[in-house]
Amino acid sequence: MTTIARQPALGAEGWFTSDEEAPALLGLRCASCGTYVFPKADYGCPNPACGGTAFDEVRLSRFGTVWSYTDARYQPPPPYVVPTDEHTPFCIAAVELADEGLVVMGQVIAGVTVDDLRVGQRMELVIDVLYRDEAAEHLIWKWKPADEAEGVA
Amino acid sequence: MSANDVAVLGVGMHPWGKWGRNFVEYGVAAARDALRDAGIAWTDVQFVSGADTMRNGYPGYVSGATFAQAMGWTGARVASSYAACASGVTALEAARTRILAGLCDVALVVGADTTPKGFLAPNAGDRPTDPDWLRFRLVGATNPTYFALAARRRMDLYGATAEDFAKVKVKNAGNGLANPNARFQKAVTVHDVLASPMVADPLHLLEICATADGGAAVVLTSMEFAQRHAGTAGSPVRVAAVSTVTPTYPNTVIDLPDMATDSTAVVARADQTFKQSIAHAAYEEAGIGPDELSLAEVYDLSTALELDWYEDIGLCKQGEAERLLNDGDTQMGGRIPVNPSGGLACFGEAVPAQAIAQICEVTWQLRGQATGRQVEGATAGITANQGLFGHGSAVLLRR
Repeated sequence: MTTIARQPALGAEGWFTSDEEAPALLGLRCASCGTYVFPKADYGCPNPACGGTAFDEVRLSRFGTVWSYTDARYQPPPPYVVPTDEHTPFCIAAVELADEGLVVMGQVIAGVTVDDLRVGQRMELVIDVLYRDEAAEHLIWKWKPADEAEGVA
Repeated sequence: MSANDVAVLGVGMHPWGKWGRNFVEYGVAAARDALRDAGIAWTDVQFVSGADTMRNGYPGYVSGATFAQAMGWTGARVASSYAACASGVTALEAARTRILAGLCDVALVVGADTTPKGFLAPNAGDRPTDPDWLRFRLVGATNPTYFALAARRRMDLYGATAEDFAKVKVKNAGNGLANPNARFQKAVTVHDVLASPMVADPLHLLEICATADGGAAVVLTSMEFAQRHAGTAGSPVRVAAVSTVTPTYPNTVIDLPDMATDSTAVVARADQTFKQSIAHAAYEEAGIGPDELSLAEVYDLSTALELDWYEDIGLCKQGEAERLLNDGDTQMGGRIPVNPSGGLACFGEAVPAQAIAQICEVTWQLRGQATGRQVEGATAGITANQGLFGHGSAVLLRR
Protein backbone atom coordinates (compact mmCIF):
# COMPACT_ATOMS: atom_id res chain seq x y z
CA MET A 1 0.00 0.00 0.00
CA THR A 2 1.38 3.37 -0.92
CA THR A 3 0.96 6.42 1.25
CA ILE A 4 -0.46 9.36 -0.60
CA ALA A 5 1.49 12.61 -0.39
CA ARG A 6 0.07 15.57 1.55
CA GLN A 7 1.16 18.83 -0.02
CA PRO A 8 0.07 22.46 -0.23
CA ALA A 9 -2.30 23.12 -3.13
CA LEU A 10 -0.69 24.54 -6.26
CA GLY A 11 -0.07 28.24 -5.74
CA ALA A 12 -0.18 28.07 -1.93
CA GLU A 13 3.28 26.57 -1.39
CA GLY A 14 4.90 28.25 1.61
CA TRP A 15 1.71 30.05 2.61
CA PHE A 16 1.08 27.99 5.76
CA THR A 17 2.76 25.55 8.11
CA SER A 18 1.72 21.95 8.11
CA ASP A 19 2.30 21.79 11.85
CA GLU A 20 -0.63 19.64 12.96
CA GLU A 21 -0.39 20.91 16.53
CA ALA A 22 -0.45 24.62 15.76
CA PRO A 23 -1.25 25.26 12.11
CA ALA A 24 -0.68 28.84 10.98
CA LEU A 25 -0.62 31.03 7.92
CA LEU A 26 2.88 32.21 7.07
CA GLY A 27 2.92 35.92 6.39
CA LEU A 28 5.70 38.41 5.92
CA ARG A 29 6.67 41.28 8.18
CA CYS A 30 8.57 44.15 6.58
CA ALA A 31 11.99 44.51 8.19
CA SER A 32 11.88 48.29 7.62
CA CYS A 33 8.38 49.48 8.60
CA GLY A 34 6.96 46.42 10.34
CA THR A 35 3.78 46.09 8.31
CA TYR A 36 2.37 42.65 7.60
CA VAL A 37 1.69 41.08 4.22
CA PHE A 38 -0.25 37.98 3.29
CA PRO A 39 0.13 36.00 1.15
CA LYS A 40 3.31 37.47 -0.27
CA ALA A 41 5.19 40.59 -1.30
CA ASP A 42 7.00 39.71 -4.48
CA TYR A 43 7.81 43.29 -5.37
CA GLY A 44 8.72 44.82 -2.03
CA CYS A 45 6.77 46.39 0.82
CA PRO A 46 3.23 47.47 -0.14
CA ASN A 47 3.43 50.46 2.20
CA PRO A 48 4.13 53.25 -0.34
CA ALA A 49 6.05 55.30 2.22
CA CYS A 50 8.41 52.42 3.00
CA GLY A 51 10.18 50.94 -0.01
CA GLY A 52 11.57 48.05 2.04
CA THR A 53 12.53 44.86 0.29
CA ALA A 54 13.55 42.65 3.22
CA PHE A 55 10.96 40.63 5.11
CA ASP A 56 10.84 38.25 8.03
CA GLU A 57 8.56 35.27 7.72
CA VAL A 58 6.08 35.24 10.58
CA ARG A 59 3.30 32.95 11.75
CA LEU A 60 0.05 34.87 11.66
CA SER A 61 -2.48 34.68 14.50
CA ARG A 62 -4.34 31.38 14.51
CA PHE A 63 -7.50 33.02 15.84
CA GLY A 64 -9.51 35.89 14.42
CA THR A 65 -13.04 37.27 14.15
CA VAL A 66 -15.47 37.02 11.24
CA TRP A 67 -15.48 40.17 9.08
CA SER A 68 -18.12 38.66 6.82
CA TYR A 69 -19.23 35.33 5.37
CA THR A 70 -21.27 33.68 2.66
CA ASP A 71 -21.59 30.32 0.95
CA ALA A 72 -21.18 28.81 -2.51
CA ARG A 73 -24.50 27.21 -3.43
CA TYR A 74 -23.51 26.76 -7.06
CA GLN A 75 -20.41 24.88 -8.12
CA PRO A 76 -17.62 27.40 -8.79
CA PRO A 77 -16.12 27.15 -12.29
CA PRO A 78 -12.59 25.83 -12.95
CA PRO A 79 -9.85 26.21 -11.84
CA TYR A 80 -11.86 25.29 -8.71
CA VAL A 81 -11.67 21.52 -8.31
CA VAL A 82 -14.80 19.84 -6.96
CA PRO A 83 -13.52 17.63 -4.12
CA THR A 84 -16.45 15.20 -4.14
CA ASP A 85 -18.52 13.54 -6.84
CA GLU A 86 -21.13 16.25 -6.59
CA HIS A 87 -20.85 19.84 -5.47
CA THR A 88 -21.71 20.27 -1.82
CA PRO A 89 -22.26 23.91 -0.82
CA PHE A 90 -19.57 25.23 1.50
CA CYS A 91 -19.13 28.46 3.44
CA ILE A 92 -16.51 31.11 2.86
CA ALA A 93 -15.44 33.51 5.60
CA ALA A 94 -13.29 36.62 5.63
CA VAL A 95 -11.60 36.68 9.03
CA GLU A 96 -9.96 39.66 10.71
CA LEU A 97 -6.66 39.05 12.50
CA ALA A 98 -6.40 41.77 15.14
CA ASP A 99 -2.65 41.81 15.74
CA GLU A 100 -1.72 41.89 12.07
CA GLY A 101 -4.61 44.13 10.97
CA LEU A 102 -5.32 41.77 8.07
CA VAL A 103 -8.54 40.22 6.79
CA VAL A 104 -7.97 36.80 5.20
CA MET A 105 -10.56 34.92 3.20
CA GLY A 106 -10.84 31.15 3.23
CA GLN A 107 -13.26 28.29 3.02
CA VAL A 108 -14.98 27.23 6.22
CA ILE A 109 -14.67 23.55 7.15
CA ALA A 110 -17.35 21.18 5.88
CA GLY A 111 -20.52 20.86 7.91
CA VAL A 112 -20.77 24.55 8.85
CA THR A 113 -23.65 26.55 7.31
CA VAL A 114 -24.26 30.29 7.22
CA ASP A 115 -26.72 29.80 10.07
CA ASP A 116 -23.78 28.86 12.26
CA LEU A 117 -21.88 32.08 11.50
CA ARG A 118 -22.16 35.77 12.40
CA VAL A 119 -19.99 38.86 11.99
CA GLY A 120 -17.63 39.21 14.94
CA GLN A 121 -17.58 35.49 15.75
CA ARG A 122 -14.28 33.92 16.80
CA MET A 123 -12.66 31.60 14.27
CA GLU A 124 -9.69 29.28 14.29
CA LEU A 125 -7.38 28.38 11.43
CA VAL A 126 -7.03 24.75 10.41
CA ILE A 127 -5.22 22.99 7.60
CA ASP A 128 -7.58 20.80 5.61
CA VAL A 129 -7.82 18.96 2.32
CA LEU A 130 -8.90 21.15 -0.61
CA TYR A 131 -9.20 18.13 -2.91
CA ARG A 132 -7.60 14.73 -3.53
CA ASP A 133 -6.34 13.20 -6.75
CA GLU A 134 -4.23 10.12 -7.58
CA ALA A 135 -1.04 11.97 -6.73
CA ALA A 136 -1.77 13.70 -3.48
CA GLU A 137 -4.00 15.34 -0.95
CA HIS A 138 -3.84 19.01 -1.83
CA LEU A 139 -3.91 21.05 1.37
CA ILE A 140 -5.29 24.49 2.12
CA TRP A 141 -6.12 26.64 5.13
CA LYS A 142 -9.72 26.80 6.25
CA TRP A 143 -11.59 28.59 9.00
CA LYS A 144 -13.44 26.78 11.74
CA PRO A 145 -15.73 28.28 14.39
CA ALA A 146 -13.57 28.44 17.52
CA ASP A 147 -14.50 27.12 20.84
CA GLU A 148 -15.18 30.41 22.66
CA ALA A 149 -13.20 29.13 25.62
CA GLU A 150 -10.17 28.28 23.55
CA GLY A 151 -6.93 30.08 24.26
CA VAL A 152 -5.31 33.01 22.55
CA ALA A 153 -3.13 32.65 19.50
CA MET B 1 -18.71 76.96 -16.57
CA SER B 2 -15.34 75.78 -15.37
CA ALA B 3 -12.19 75.87 -17.48
CA ASN B 4 -12.02 72.09 -17.14
CA ASP B 5 -15.47 71.37 -18.57
CA VAL B 6 -15.84 69.41 -21.80
CA ALA B 7 -19.09 68.83 -23.71
CA VAL B 8 -21.02 65.62 -24.24
CA LEU B 9 -22.19 66.42 -27.77
CA GLY B 10 -23.62 63.02 -28.58
CA VAL B 11 -24.45 59.71 -26.94
CA GLY B 12 -25.48 56.39 -28.45
CA MET B 13 -26.05 52.76 -27.58
CA HIS B 14 -26.58 49.37 -29.15
CA PRO B 15 -29.30 47.62 -27.12
CA TRP B 16 -28.15 45.16 -24.47
CA GLY B 17 -29.04 41.49 -24.92
CA LYS B 18 -27.52 38.08 -25.55
CA TRP B 19 -27.04 38.59 -29.26
CA GLY B 20 -23.92 36.44 -29.60
CA ARG B 21 -22.40 38.52 -32.35
CA ASN B 22 -19.00 40.20 -32.67
CA PHE B 23 -18.44 43.09 -30.24
CA VAL B 24 -17.27 45.33 -33.10
CA GLU B 25 -20.78 45.35 -34.52
CA TYR B 26 -22.25 46.71 -31.25
CA GLY B 27 -19.48 49.29 -30.91
CA VAL B 28 -19.86 50.58 -34.45
CA ALA B 29 -23.66 50.77 -34.09
CA ALA B 30 -23.31 52.73 -30.83
CA ALA B 31 -20.65 55.01 -32.35
CA ARG B 32 -22.80 55.82 -35.39
CA ASP B 33 -25.75 56.47 -33.06
CA ALA B 34 -23.65 58.90 -31.00
CA LEU B 35 -22.32 60.68 -34.11
CA ARG B 36 -25.88 61.05 -35.43
CA ASP B 37 -26.97 62.40 -32.05
CA ALA B 38 -24.08 64.90 -32.10
CA GLY B 39 -24.80 65.87 -35.69
CA ILE B 40 -21.21 65.39 -36.82
CA ALA B 41 -19.54 63.14 -39.36
CA TRP B 42 -17.19 60.26 -38.56
CA THR B 43 -14.52 62.08 -40.55
CA ASP B 44 -14.69 64.97 -38.02
CA VAL B 45 -13.46 62.74 -35.20
CA GLN B 46 -9.83 63.44 -34.32
CA PHE B 47 -9.35 60.94 -31.51
CA VAL B 48 -10.90 57.50 -30.98
CA SER B 49 -10.71 56.23 -27.41
CA GLY B 50 -11.78 52.61 -26.99
CA ALA B 51 -12.52 50.56 -23.88
CA ASP B 52 -11.07 47.07 -24.41
CA THR B 53 -13.20 43.96 -24.18
CA MET B 54 -12.89 41.86 -21.05
CA ARG B 55 -11.88 38.22 -21.27
CA ASN B 56 -11.85 36.34 -18.00
CA GLY B 57 -10.95 39.37 -15.92
CA TYR B 58 -8.18 40.53 -18.22
CA PRO B 59 -8.08 42.73 -21.32
CA GLY B 60 -9.35 40.99 -24.42
CA TYR B 61 -9.48 42.59 -27.85
CA VAL B 62 -7.93 45.91 -28.84
CA SER B 63 -10.76 48.40 -29.12
CA GLY B 64 -9.66 51.85 -30.34
CA ALA B 65 -8.01 50.85 -33.60
CA THR B 66 -10.54 48.07 -34.20
CA PHE B 67 -13.46 50.53 -34.16
CA ALA B 68 -11.47 53.07 -36.21
CA GLN B 69 -10.72 50.52 -38.92
CA ALA B 70 -14.30 49.20 -38.92
CA MET B 71 -15.63 52.70 -39.56
CA GLY B 72 -12.96 53.40 -42.18
CA TRP B 73 -9.46 54.66 -41.46
CA THR B 74 -9.32 58.45 -41.25
CA GLY B 75 -5.90 58.95 -39.72
CA ALA B 76 -7.45 59.79 -36.35
CA ARG B 77 -5.31 59.19 -33.27
CA VAL B 78 -6.38 56.18 -31.21
CA ALA B 79 -5.99 54.78 -27.71
CA SER B 80 -7.30 51.67 -26.00
CA SER B 81 -7.93 51.41 -22.27
CA TYR B 82 -8.47 48.56 -19.87
CA ALA B 83 -9.64 49.11 -16.30
CA ALA B 84 -12.11 46.22 -15.86
CA CYS B 85 -15.60 47.64 -15.13
CA ALA B 86 -14.17 51.17 -15.10
CA SER B 87 -12.65 50.85 -18.60
CA GLY B 88 -15.24 53.12 -20.22
CA VAL B 89 -14.40 56.01 -17.94
CA THR B 90 -10.66 55.48 -18.32
CA ALA B 91 -11.27 55.80 -22.07
CA LEU B 92 -13.39 58.91 -21.47
CA GLU B 93 -10.65 60.41 -19.31
CA ALA B 94 -8.08 59.86 -22.09
CA ALA B 95 -10.37 61.81 -24.43
CA ARG B 96 -11.14 64.55 -21.90
CA THR B 97 -7.52 65.21 -21.00
CA ARG B 98 -6.52 65.32 -24.69
CA ILE B 99 -9.27 67.87 -25.33
CA LEU B 100 -8.34 69.93 -22.25
CA ALA B 101 -4.69 69.87 -23.32
CA GLY B 102 -5.76 71.50 -26.56
CA LEU B 103 -4.57 68.55 -28.64
CA CYS B 104 -7.98 67.91 -30.21
CA ASP B 105 -11.55 69.21 -30.27
CA VAL B 106 -13.60 66.13 -31.14
CA ALA B 107 -13.21 62.67 -29.60
CA LEU B 108 -15.25 59.49 -29.84
CA VAL B 109 -15.32 57.15 -26.83
CA VAL B 110 -16.56 53.60 -27.53
CA GLY B 111 -16.95 50.40 -25.52
CA ALA B 112 -18.64 47.14 -26.52
CA ASP B 113 -18.48 43.48 -25.59
CA THR B 114 -20.01 40.11 -26.15
CA THR B 115 -20.03 37.87 -23.09
CA PRO B 116 -20.28 34.17 -22.29
CA LYS B 117 -23.02 32.62 -20.14
CA GLY B 118 -22.69 31.97 -16.42
CA PHE B 119 -20.05 32.90 -13.85
CA LEU B 120 -17.20 35.03 -15.12
CA ALA B 121 -14.20 32.74 -14.66
CA PRO B 122 -10.47 32.87 -15.42
CA ASN B 123 -8.81 31.54 -18.54
CA ALA B 124 -7.97 27.83 -18.76
CA GLY B 125 -4.57 26.54 -17.71
CA ASP B 126 -2.67 26.66 -14.42
CA ARG B 127 -1.51 30.15 -13.45
CA PRO B 128 -0.53 29.88 -9.79
CA THR B 129 0.95 33.39 -9.65
CA ASP B 130 -2.26 35.05 -10.92
CA PRO B 131 -4.48 36.30 -8.04
CA ASP B 132 -7.57 35.88 -10.22
CA TRP B 133 -6.72 32.20 -10.78
CA LEU B 134 -5.78 31.64 -7.13
CA ARG B 135 -9.06 32.86 -5.64
CA PHE B 136 -11.04 30.40 -7.74
CA ARG B 137 -8.66 27.47 -7.13
CA LEU B 138 -7.84 27.93 -3.45
CA VAL B 139 -11.12 29.31 -2.10
CA GLY B 140 -13.75 28.75 -4.82
CA ALA B 141 -14.45 32.48 -4.58
CA THR B 142 -16.58 33.64 -7.54
CA ASN B 143 -17.59 37.26 -8.12
CA PRO B 144 -20.88 36.75 -6.23
CA THR B 145 -18.82 35.57 -3.23
CA TYR B 146 -17.45 39.09 -2.86
CA PHE B 147 -20.84 40.70 -3.47
CA ALA B 148 -22.32 38.45 -0.79
CA LEU B 149 -19.62 39.30 1.77
CA ALA B 150 -20.60 42.95 1.38
CA ALA B 151 -24.31 42.10 1.62
CA ARG B 152 -23.93 40.02 4.76
CA ARG B 153 -22.04 42.82 6.50
CA ARG B 154 -25.00 45.14 5.90
CA MET B 155 -27.28 42.58 7.55
CA ASP B 156 -25.13 41.88 10.58
CA LEU B 157 -23.98 45.49 11.09
CA TYR B 158 -27.01 47.56 10.11
CA GLY B 159 -29.90 45.12 10.34
CA ALA B 160 -30.60 45.04 6.59
CA THR B 161 -33.09 42.35 5.61
CA ALA B 162 -33.51 40.10 2.58
CA GLU B 163 -36.64 42.14 1.77
CA ASP B 164 -34.64 45.38 1.76
CA PHE B 165 -32.25 43.92 -0.80
CA ALA B 166 -35.10 42.54 -2.91
CA LYS B 167 -36.74 45.98 -3.01
CA VAL B 168 -33.70 47.36 -4.83
CA LYS B 169 -34.29 44.86 -7.63
CA VAL B 170 -38.01 45.64 -7.70
CA LYS B 171 -37.23 49.36 -8.03
CA ASN B 172 -34.65 48.91 -10.79
CA ALA B 173 -36.78 46.42 -12.71
CA GLY B 174 -39.59 48.98 -12.65
CA ASN B 175 -37.30 51.71 -13.99
CA GLY B 176 -35.98 49.47 -16.76
CA LEU B 177 -39.47 48.83 -18.15
CA ALA B 178 -39.23 52.17 -19.93
CA ASN B 179 -35.69 51.68 -21.23
CA PRO B 180 -35.52 50.32 -24.79
CA ASN B 181 -31.78 49.60 -24.41
CA ALA B 182 -32.20 47.37 -21.35
CA ARG B 183 -31.78 43.59 -21.72
CA PHE B 184 -34.48 42.78 -19.15
CA GLN B 185 -37.75 44.72 -19.34
CA LYS B 186 -39.84 42.79 -16.88
CA ALA B 187 -41.39 43.83 -13.57
CA VAL B 188 -40.58 41.63 -10.56
CA THR B 189 -41.96 41.43 -7.03
CA VAL B 190 -40.16 40.96 -3.72
CA HIS B 191 -41.60 37.46 -3.71
CA ASP B 192 -40.11 36.71 -7.18
CA VAL B 193 -36.69 37.82 -5.99
CA LEU B 194 -36.74 35.84 -2.76
CA ALA B 195 -38.13 32.76 -4.56
CA SER B 196 -35.25 32.73 -7.04
CA PRO B 197 -32.41 30.31 -6.20
CA MET B 198 -29.89 31.32 -3.55
CA VAL B 199 -26.48 31.78 -5.21
CA ALA B 200 -24.28 33.10 -2.43
CA ASP B 201 -26.16 33.64 0.81
CA PRO B 202 -27.82 36.17 1.29
CA LEU B 203 -27.98 36.93 -2.45
CA HIS B 204 -30.48 35.26 -4.79
CA LEU B 205 -30.13 34.79 -8.52
CA LEU B 206 -32.33 37.80 -9.31
CA GLU B 207 -30.15 40.03 -7.10
CA ILE B 208 -26.92 39.39 -9.00
CA CYS B 209 -25.99 41.16 -12.19
CA ALA B 210 -26.09 38.98 -15.32
CA THR B 211 -23.65 39.30 -18.21
CA ALA B 212 -24.77 40.82 -21.48
CA ASP B 213 -23.76 41.97 -24.95
CA GLY B 214 -23.99 45.67 -25.68
CA GLY B 215 -22.25 48.81 -26.87
CA ALA B 216 -22.19 52.45 -25.85
CA ALA B 217 -20.49 55.56 -27.21
CA VAL B 218 -20.01 59.22 -26.39
CA VAL B 219 -18.92 62.10 -28.62
CA LEU B 220 -16.86 64.38 -26.40
CA THR B 221 -15.80 67.84 -27.58
CA SER B 222 -14.25 71.03 -26.32
CA MET B 223 -16.80 73.57 -25.02
CA GLU B 224 -15.72 75.95 -27.75
CA PHE B 225 -16.42 73.39 -30.48
CA ALA B 226 -19.78 72.51 -28.93
CA GLN B 227 -20.89 76.13 -28.76
CA ARG B 228 -19.80 76.79 -32.34
CA HIS B 229 -21.46 73.60 -33.56
CA ALA B 230 -24.69 73.82 -31.58
CA GLY B 231 -25.36 77.47 -32.39
CA THR B 232 -28.60 78.40 -30.68
CA ALA B 233 -29.56 74.81 -29.80
CA GLY B 234 -28.88 75.46 -26.11
CA SER B 235 -26.06 74.57 -23.76
CA PRO B 236 -24.76 71.00 -24.02
CA VAL B 237 -24.41 68.57 -21.15
CA ARG B 238 -20.98 69.05 -19.63
CA VAL B 239 -18.52 66.71 -17.95
CA ALA B 240 -17.68 68.61 -14.76
CA ALA B 241 -15.39 65.98 -13.22
CA VAL B 242 -13.95 62.53 -13.80
CA SER B 243 -12.58 60.30 -11.06
CA THR B 244 -10.38 57.30 -11.84
CA VAL B 245 -8.80 56.98 -8.40
CA THR B 246 -7.08 53.84 -7.11
CA PRO B 247 -7.04 52.67 -3.48
CA THR B 248 -4.68 54.10 -0.90
CA TYR B 249 -2.67 51.83 1.38
CA PRO B 250 -3.96 50.17 3.46
CA ASN B 251 -6.94 49.02 1.39
CA THR B 252 -9.03 47.48 4.17
CA VAL B 253 -12.03 46.10 2.30
CA ILE B 254 -11.47 42.71 0.71
CA ASP B 255 -12.02 43.06 -2.99
CA LEU B 256 -11.81 41.10 -6.21
CA PRO B 257 -9.57 39.27 -6.93
CA ASP B 258 -7.66 39.39 -3.62
CA MET B 259 -7.84 36.85 -0.82
CA ALA B 260 -6.60 39.23 1.86
CA THR B 261 -6.62 42.94 2.67
CA ASP B 262 -3.68 45.20 3.35
CA SER B 263 -2.53 45.44 6.96
CA THR B 264 -3.55 48.26 9.31
CA ALA B 265 -0.81 47.32 11.81
CA VAL B 266 1.57 50.14 10.87
CA VAL B 267 -0.40 52.57 8.68
CA ALA B 268 -3.83 53.32 10.17
CA ARG B 269 -6.92 52.93 8.01
CA ALA B 270 -7.87 56.10 6.14
CA ASP B 271 -11.00 58.11 6.92
CA GLN B 272 -12.52 56.91 3.66
CA THR B 273 -12.70 53.46 2.16
CA PHE B 274 -11.62 53.09 -1.46
CA LYS B 275 -15.22 53.00 -2.60
CA GLN B 276 -16.00 56.21 -0.72
CA SER B 277 -12.99 57.95 -2.26
CA ILE B 278 -14.25 57.32 -5.82
CA ALA B 279 -17.16 59.78 -5.85
CA HIS B 280 -15.47 62.06 -3.33
CA ALA B 281 -12.71 62.82 -5.84
CA ALA B 282 -15.34 63.79 -8.44
CA TYR B 283 -17.17 66.07 -5.98
CA GLU B 284 -13.89 67.77 -5.06
CA GLU B 285 -12.96 68.34 -8.68
CA ALA B 286 -16.37 69.68 -9.71
CA GLY B 287 -17.02 71.70 -6.57
CA ILE B 288 -20.45 70.06 -6.42
CA GLY B 289 -21.73 68.12 -3.43
CA PRO B 290 -24.14 65.17 -3.24
CA ASP B 291 -26.91 67.56 -2.12
CA GLU B 292 -26.87 69.19 -5.56
CA LEU B 293 -27.46 65.96 -7.50
CA SER B 294 -30.70 65.27 -9.34
CA LEU B 295 -29.94 61.58 -9.92
CA ALA B 296 -27.25 58.92 -9.73
CA GLU B 297 -26.35 55.89 -11.82
CA VAL B 298 -24.45 53.44 -9.61
CA TYR B 299 -22.99 50.01 -10.25
CA ASP B 300 -25.53 47.56 -8.82
CA LEU B 301 -23.54 44.37 -9.37
CA SER B 302 -25.84 43.16 -6.60
CA THR B 303 -28.88 44.64 -4.88
CA ALA B 304 -26.95 45.13 -1.65
CA LEU B 305 -24.06 46.84 -3.44
CA GLU B 306 -26.49 49.51 -4.64
CA LEU B 307 -27.23 50.25 -0.98
CA ASP B 308 -23.49 50.49 -0.25
CA TRP B 309 -23.25 53.07 -3.02
CA TYR B 310 -25.94 55.29 -1.43
CA GLU B 311 -23.54 55.73 1.46
CA ASP B 312 -20.34 55.72 -0.54
CA ILE B 313 -21.46 58.54 -2.86
CA GLY B 314 -22.70 60.55 0.11
CA LEU B 315 -26.49 60.31 -0.29
CA CYS B 316 -26.78 59.27 3.37
CA LYS B 317 -24.65 58.24 6.34
CA GLN B 318 -23.21 54.78 6.88
CA GLY B 319 -25.97 52.34 7.84
CA GLU B 320 -28.84 54.53 6.60
CA ALA B 321 -29.21 53.23 3.04
CA GLU B 322 -32.07 50.87 3.86
CA ARG B 323 -34.01 53.78 5.36
CA LEU B 324 -33.35 55.90 2.27
CA LEU B 325 -34.67 53.09 0.07
CA ASN B 326 -37.70 52.39 2.23
CA ASP B 327 -38.57 56.09 2.46
CA GLY B 328 -38.73 56.15 -1.34
CA ASP B 329 -35.93 58.73 -1.69
CA THR B 330 -34.19 56.75 -4.43
CA GLN B 331 -37.34 55.82 -6.35
CA MET B 332 -38.49 57.73 -9.41
CA GLY B 333 -40.14 60.87 -8.05
CA GLY B 334 -38.08 60.64 -4.84
CA ARG B 335 -35.47 63.07 -3.57
CA ILE B 336 -32.62 61.49 -5.55
CA PRO B 337 -33.63 58.72 -7.96
CA VAL B 338 -30.91 56.08 -8.30
CA ASN B 339 -30.54 54.02 -11.44
CA PRO B 340 -33.43 55.50 -13.43
CA SER B 341 -32.02 53.51 -16.39
CA GLY B 342 -32.84 50.28 -14.55
CA GLY B 343 -29.16 49.77 -13.70
CA LEU B 344 -27.24 46.55 -14.09
CA ALA B 345 -30.34 44.79 -12.76
CA CYS B 346 -31.96 45.43 -16.14
CA PHE B 347 -28.91 45.63 -18.37
CA GLY B 348 -26.60 42.89 -17.19
CA GLU B 349 -22.96 43.75 -17.60
CA ALA B 350 -21.19 44.36 -20.91
CA VAL B 351 -18.03 45.40 -19.11
CA PRO B 352 -16.30 47.95 -21.39
CA ALA B 353 -19.62 49.51 -22.42
CA GLN B 354 -21.16 49.76 -18.97
CA ALA B 355 -19.49 52.86 -17.54
CA ILE B 356 -20.17 54.63 -20.86
CA ALA B 357 -23.81 53.51 -20.74
CA GLN B 358 -24.10 55.17 -17.32
CA ILE B 359 -22.92 58.44 -18.92
CA CYS B 360 -25.42 58.05 -21.78
CA GLU B 361 -28.28 57.71 -19.28
CA VAL B 362 -27.27 60.75 -17.23
CA THR B 363 -26.92 62.75 -20.46
CA TRP B 364 -30.43 61.80 -21.60
CA GLN B 365 -31.76 62.69 -18.15
CA LEU B 366 -30.06 66.09 -18.15
CA ARG B 367 -31.42 66.81 -21.63
CA GLY B 368 -34.93 65.76 -20.63
CA GLN B 369 -34.92 62.95 -23.21
CA ALA B 370 -35.32 59.91 -20.91
CA THR B 371 -38.81 59.10 -22.12
CA GLY B 372 -40.86 57.16 -19.60
CA ARG B 373 -38.22 57.36 -16.88
CA GLN B 374 -37.40 61.09 -16.82
CA VAL B 375 -36.24 62.68 -13.58
CA GLU B 376 -38.04 66.02 -13.82
CA GLY B 377 -35.86 69.10 -13.98
CA ALA B 378 -32.59 67.17 -13.69
CA THR B 379 -29.57 69.50 -13.58
CA ALA B 380 -26.71 67.34 -12.28
CA GLY B 381 -25.99 63.64 -12.06
CA ILE B 382 -23.19 61.32 -11.07
CA THR B 383 -22.12 57.90 -12.28
CA ALA B 384 -20.14 55.54 -10.05
CA ASN B 385 -18.62 52.15 -10.53
CA GLN B 386 -15.90 49.85 -9.27
CA GLY B 387 -14.15 47.02 -11.04
CA LEU B 388 -11.59 44.42 -10.24
CA PHE B 389 -7.89 45.12 -9.70
CA GLY B 390 -8.47 48.41 -7.83
CA HIS B 391 -10.33 50.34 -10.51
CA GLY B 392 -13.04 52.82 -9.66
CA SER B 393 -14.73 55.51 -11.67
CA ALA B 394 -17.16 58.36 -11.25
CA VAL B 395 -18.27 61.04 -13.70
CA LEU B 396 -20.12 64.19 -12.70
CA LEU B 397 -22.30 65.66 -15.41
CA ARG B 398 -24.26 68.87 -15.32
CA ARG B 399 -26.41 70.95 -17.54
